[in-house]
Amino acid sequence: MTVMEQRGAYRPSPPPAWQPRTDPAPLLPDAAPYRVLGTEAAAKADPELLRRLYTQLVRGRRYNAQATALTKQGRLAVYPSSTGQEACEVAAALALQDRDWLFPSYRDTLAAVVRGVDPVQALTLLRGDWHTGYDPYAHRVAPLCTPLATQLPHAVGLAHAARLKGDDVVALALVGDGGTSEGDFHEALNFAAVWQAPVVFLVQNNGFAISVPLAKQTAAPSLAHKAVGYGMPGRLVDGNDAAAVHEVLADAVRHARAGGGPTLVEAVTYRMEAHTNADDDKRYRPDSEVEAWRDHDPIALLERELTERGLIDESGIVRAREDAEALAADLRARMNQDPVLDPRDLFAHVYAEPTPQLREQQDQLNAELQAEQEGTHR
Amino acid sequence: MTTVAVKPATMAQALTRALRDAMAADPAVHVMGEDVGTLGGVFRVTDGLAKEFGDDRCTDTPLAEAGILGTAVGMAMYGLRPVVEMQFDAFAYPAFEQLISHVSRMRNRTRGTMPLPITIRVPYGGGIGGVEHHSDSSEAYYMATPGLHVVTPATVADAYGLLRAAIASDDPVVFLEPKRLYWSKDAWNPDDPQTVEPIGRAVVRRSGRSATLITYGPSVPVCLEAAEAARAEGWDLEVVDLRSLVPFDDETVCASVRRTGRAVVVHESGGFGGPGGEIAARVTERCFHHLEAPVLRVAGFDIPYPPPMLEKHHLPGVDRILDAVARLQWEAES
Repeated sequence: MTVMEQRGAYRPSPPPAWQPRTDPAPLLPDAAPYRVLGTEAAAKADPELLRRLYTQLVRGRRYNAQATALTKQGRLAVYPSSTGQEACEVAAALALQDRDWLFPSYRDTLAAVVRGVDPVQALTLLRGDWHTGYDPYAHRVAPLCTPLATQLPHAVGLAHAARLKGDDVVALALVGDGGTSEGDFHEALNFAAVWQAPVVFLVQNNGFAISVPLAKQTAAPSLAHKAVGYGMPGRLVDGNDAAAVHEVLADAVRHARAGGGPTLVEAVTYRMEAHTNADDDKRYRPDSEVEAWRDHDPIALLERELTERGLIDESGIVRAREDAEALAADLRARMNQDPVLDPRDLFAHVYAEPTPQLREQQDQLNAELQAEQEGTHR
Repeated sequence: MTTVAVKPATMAQALTRALRDAMAADPAVHVMGEDVGTLGGVFRVTDGLAKEFGDDRCTDTPLAEAGILGTAVGMAMYGLRPVVEMQFDAFAYPAFEQLISHVSRMRNRTRGTMPLPITIRVPYGGGIGGVEHHSDSSEAYYMATPGLHVVTPATVADAYGLLRAAIASDDPVVFLEPKRLYWSKDAWNPDDPQTVEPIGRAVVRRSGRSATLITYGPSVPVCLEAAEAARAEGWDLEVVDLRSLVPFDDETVCASVRRTGRAVVVHESGGFGGPGGEIAARVTERCFHHLEAPVLRVAGFDIPYPPPMLEKHHLPGVDRILDAVARLQWEAES
């Protein structure tokens, strides 16, 4: 007797445990990156917000230029510039409320600065006098994260904890296109969706992971499409259109705040500088490609909108530039002072209390420092 | 005088009780991991916690160790006190990046502003007939990572006391649970007021004059058995249970070795690059003039953990310990 005969008549049916799941259609991103500037949607944008975005973009560009210059002068050990990506950096910071949290990667010092972190403290990591230069709780900005995508589960955990405590807090986590290949990207998005955590993931797709282009990174239809597999909405936005990025992020933050769960946003942008000052981008991309993006510059796009609609005049533009120069001058002046270093700090925060072993090593270092001071060092 | 019979409790029960008491004492304590909720954990250590405290306090997570520890980091950033369960020693490896790059150094990176009070419970070690990837002794990896405390109990009372201390600690603690001692029993009354053991103190489990066996976790009962067997050979062995690998209790260990003049370090972990090398070096550096013989190590072989039918040849047992004791240059005394 066959198994089928034993079990009775053969009735075609779905597997017993199978149940219809979420309809993927509403989660799908738009076919093309969402834009506001130069489209009909621009008329609906708040002029005050546009002016605010513009001021911050100009500041951000100047900040990037100044940090790059400080690196060439030896004042920073390394600087991963966000030149060209200022719309994402600025919009991410401005889409959040004070009580919300930002989780930046190492390229996102600008977002931290827009959120209120002192630029010198934001650059401490890259100057090299300590790892995190600011108190993360002061502006609710997590430490700049270097191992790619590893800050994403932190954002999920924090947002989840806030919700468990009944606090109205959203976490926004920044990651790059390369970071989407990391396992932590996958795990963070999965946890966020399962827990319906109030978190927004912003992928700045700047075209390159150091030298490796997106085509070698993924075969997905878009990075935003990855959201669908986790059961969260994916949004695709023009990353150089500050008004569009802000609108999409503000929507996602509102959605998360209302208990709607996480959103994945892919912002299509371009890294105008090399990966860092230590990189040579001529080895992997032609100048013509970089040039093409100059016509899609985030500041130029917004400036055109503001001028054409009479929302800003020449004096407004000059004021924004002066404001940016003041930021740069202050940064230059303070970064040109040598940081105060105390080698004894090395042992201060390894544990709440140093272990006996660390105390011994601390004594050794202290003796070395004293000998050095007295000139009796071997 | 009447004696009240104390029902023996297992180490697993003491661990459950420690979690329960910690959760009851502090609403910030959250237990999370694979199968820790409805099932109560594959070793039943979290049994009943989800029922008593709710799914939000004892959470079945998706099956992803990096995600478990990574989200625990975020929860700790927000003031919670996560107790993470890694299902088995070898399944904790995917979480190493979170552990090493974030958990161990967040306090340091942020100049003390962002401590991470996370307890990471890891069942470890062999001797339970587990198939591949279920019996690793991974303590050396943790010990080599600055910023972590590494703790392992060998008795039922210590399982309770040390786990309470780990959860109360403002530093991350890797809490290694010797799997084969989960069902070991002691006369331990869970309703007696319990001591919270300070992390970082070793304890002399058996006093002796001839030599010191320095050990921890699953090897403690083996060393005590070896010490009993050694009496027949005329050796009176002292057994030191480290309890805490980081911080290391040089004081207790060295006091013992200075008394006995001889020492053997015993652990399941491989010898090459294992904890025993560090311990032997520390003892030699501090007690050289008291030593009658080189500090010896009895460790697992430097091989991938063997299949269960062969593990008895790998695990340090009484005979191998006694062989080492025999090599402690006793002829020098005669």
